[in-house]
Amino acid sequence: MSFAETEDVLGTAAAWRAAGEQVAVATVTETWGSSPRPAGSQMAVTKSGKMAGSVSGGCIEGAVADAAMKTIDTGAPQLLDFGVTHERAWEVGLACGGKVKVFVEKLS
Amino acid sequence: MTPDILAALEQARLAKRPVVLATRLPDGHQRLLPDPGAPDGLNAAAAQALREDESVTVRLGTTDWFLHAYNPPLRLIVVGAVHIAQALVPFATQCGFAVTVVDPRRSFASDERFPNVTVSTAWPDEAMDELKPDSRTAVVTLTHDPKLDDPALDRALKSPAFYIGSLGSRRTHAARLKRLRDLGHDEAALARIQGPVGLNIEAVTAPEIALSIIAELVAVRRGAPVPQKQPQAA
Repeated sequence: MSFAETEDVLGTAAAWRAAGEQVAVATVTETWGSSPRPAGSQMAVTKSGKMAGSVSGGCIEGAVADAAMKTIDTGAPQLLDFGVTHERAWEVGLACGGKVKVFVEKLS
Repeated sequence: MTPDILAALEQARLAKRPVVLATRLPDGHQRLLPDPGAPDGLNAAAAQALREDESVTVRLGTTDWFLHAYNPPLRLIVVGAVHIAQALVPFATQCGFAVTVVDPRRSFASDERFPNVTVSTAWPDEAMDELKPDSRTAVVTLTHDPKLDDPALDRALKSPAFYIGSLGSRRTHAARLKRLRDLGHDEAALARIQGPVGLNIEAVTAPEIALSIIAELVAVRRGAPVPQKQPQAA
């Protein structure tokens, strides 16, 4: 993974933060099986509803965005676990059968 | 993430210095590596992540760390500001390559034809000496003109570039190999050149040829098997 990999999500997040937005960044930290995005893939979310990047093929972005809103409000980071063993798998699991962990943090 | 960490990451990026952002899970404590003050195991794991260019979660003792590897961008040097180069540059940029186009013919290498990309109008040998291809650099020659392609290939073969490709038919390529042999390059060196350049997808148009080149570049970078091409006897 390099800085220029596809798009600089963290750079986008930093620019939003600098413009006064409240921003959280979600990062894929671990994958198992056929998950679509490798560890290090990122998504940035603002309180105002802006989004950049992705952490999956689209299957868990909604749930991650919800978690990001919570982290923006509380300031507390979260380590999310998505996959077939997740209790909400039928809702937001990965259709591909993969598993991912996603770390969500606020840009302070 | 604190503003200090973010600023330090940005500084490393501008300096093209490889760094790892280590995040302790799940509490989110962060530090940049390498750091002489960090435990040896953490520095070693960070060095491996950078070497393999792969972000990874590691367990040290009872602690999980997510190591986010930030390497400077891969580079692509394109020799020949030709039509195929115009199609190749955006593909390569999207795939994370920092691209430099080299062509001493100013009418080809105009800003108008190549907006938002670094263009050098130096002679290819001089440009290559200046750009110093390393093991994270790919070199592709597209001019068909021996006096432009050959000096670039000569320099590329003397570098650790991870990919060297040269446009031209099998016949053109065989003649090219003969000239490079005359410059003192042995068969092992010449085998590093992908020629004709690109995966065989029966490409016809400039964007299709660019796609075949970028596909081969990605295949080599990611360690996928790339078929050896049999050069035609000259």
